[in-house]
Amino acid sequence: MKIPLTRIAHARSGDKGDISNVGLIASKPEYYPILLREVTAERVKRHFGRLVEGSVTCYELSNLAALNFVMEKALDGGGTISLRTDAQGKTHGAALLTMEIEVASGELTD
Amino acid sequence: MIRIANGQGFWGDWLEAPVRLIEGGPLDYLTLDYLAEVTMSILQKQRKADPTLGYARDFPPLMARIARRVLDQNIRVLANAGGVNPIACAREVRRLAPHLQVSVVLGDEILARMDELIAGGNEFRNMDTGESISCIRDRVQSANVYIGAFPLAEALATGANVVITGRCADAALALAPMLHEFQWKPDDWNRLASGIVAGHIIECGTQATGGNCTFDWQSTPDFAHIGYPIIEANPSGETVITKHPGTGGRVTQATVKEQLLYEIGDPRSYVTPDVVADFTTIELSDNGPDHVRISNVVGRPRPEKLKASISYHYGWKTVGTLVYSAPDALAKAQAADKMVRQRLHDLNLNFDKIHTEFFGINACHAHLAPQVPEPAEVQVRIGVRSTEKASLERFTREVIPLVLNGPPTATGYGEGRPQVREIVAYWPALVSRDVVSTRVEVVQ
Repeated sequence: MKIPLTRIAHARSGDKGDISNVGLIASKPEYYPILLREVTAERVKRHFGRLVEGSVTCYELSNLAALNFVMEKALDGGGTISLRTDAQGKTHGAALLTMEIEVASGELTD
Repeated sequence: MIRIANGQGFWGDWLEAPVRLIEGGPLDYLTLDYLAEVTMSILQKQRKADPTLGYARDFPPLMARIARRVLDQNIRVLANAGGVNPIACAREVRRLAPHLQVSVVLGDEILARMDELIAGGNEFRNMDTGESISCIRDRVQSANVYIGAFPLAEALATGANVVITGRCADAALALAPMLHEFQWKPDDWNRLASGIVAGHIIECGTQATGGNCTFDWQSTPDFAHIGYPIIEANPSGETVITKHPGTGGRVTQATVKEQLLYEIGDPRSYVTPDVVADFTTIELSDNGPDHVRISNVVGRPRPEKLKASISYHYGWKTVGTLVYSAPDALAKAQAADKMVRQRLHDLNLNFDKIHTEFFGINACHAHLAPQVPEPAEVQVRIGVRSTEKASLERFTREVIPLVLNGPPTATGYGEGRPQVREIVAYWPALVSRDVVSTRVEVVQ
């Protein structure tokens, strides 16, 4: 079945220049393998579409049951240059949490 | 064990926070972070206009307000409030609170030496884009090197109640008290990394204690009285993140994890002047309510080069807005955007970019936003950017006429014409470690 990512994860995002990074954290450690399987750099790049012009790299932190997505050319020039309301990518975490993923019903423990 | 708190996550953070931290429970060190990436250029301009300015002006009055308790409770304060003029900042603190002993750390500023350093082989290439510094050399407004925690620890050794720095690594403010108290060696990489990780967790204030946390945010207790973060640091390097009892917010593995991941790149290499910390070995565990223990941090030797923070004049920007009400609020706002763009085109103005958002529809999440069937109102927000200020000045005259010229129900223009603002941009670069020599001064 399809569920939004927010059902099994939480996130925080921020900026460094024109780079936006989203830390995506499994709400329970047992959901981490679902994140690894469903939330790849390619899918994240496709999800953000025109919001992210550069490449997306995924880093794994199995110790925190978390992934870190580093997205380049993601902020219309970044910080002071950007004309966007969200010039610092503060809401990119929330935007990623709207992404739909596929899970088997038995995979959800609550 | 020592307690190190952070009472200011950025310049503009809650004014009451440092006071609540001092009054709310035991504390040994209070750190305050005032400097964002482009703050230095604003301060540089202020110093140019008045040589006694160029620092975070909120800081001296705050110190006057808390001086009595700082002395009575023997709390020591570390702040990067010095900006581009730490001595002037220290003198103002001494003027307002004469009983405080103040030491400053100098040596982070390299603006006057840029040409000499470039001639000496420092390329100052943009770390993100690889561009040459020659693209912006004549437009540089400030240049500072991020310094590490050892000079700050040296300043603590002078016995000062208050240590003021210019540009330093944010997490260094928290590592310095650990170096001073526990006498960690400069190559004790795992302990240094432990201190840096704890410093990174508290450097953004309440982002470690439930603020801006997406995990079940509705159940976060008492945002209005949210507690600021405190590190309980041990000589072994193990730390506990907590907050004062009775304050709002919460410290859980979820709040700590979100902050650990905030504004980082490769988690195996969190680079600071003193050590490279690996975030992929960290172990978190619960240590009672609102206490999260951090252990097993691994560090690697410090980098060969230091990071420089350079700011430069990029151009100009401005944003014009109008609000349209229902019915058909979005259609009216879209027609208004089309109309403004046509007129800008007809005027033959020069813009690098025109960017339109419809507030309440797509401003933050663009195409990812949920569809709104019939919004009660929509704000059209048109931003423009250019290296030619005159084009932007003309743009500021092109929005308000729509109130009479364009689609019906335009309102919300009470602020008048938008202001044209200078864009000061950030240029991250690397510089040889040996060109930077810091020194500590006790300010009388």
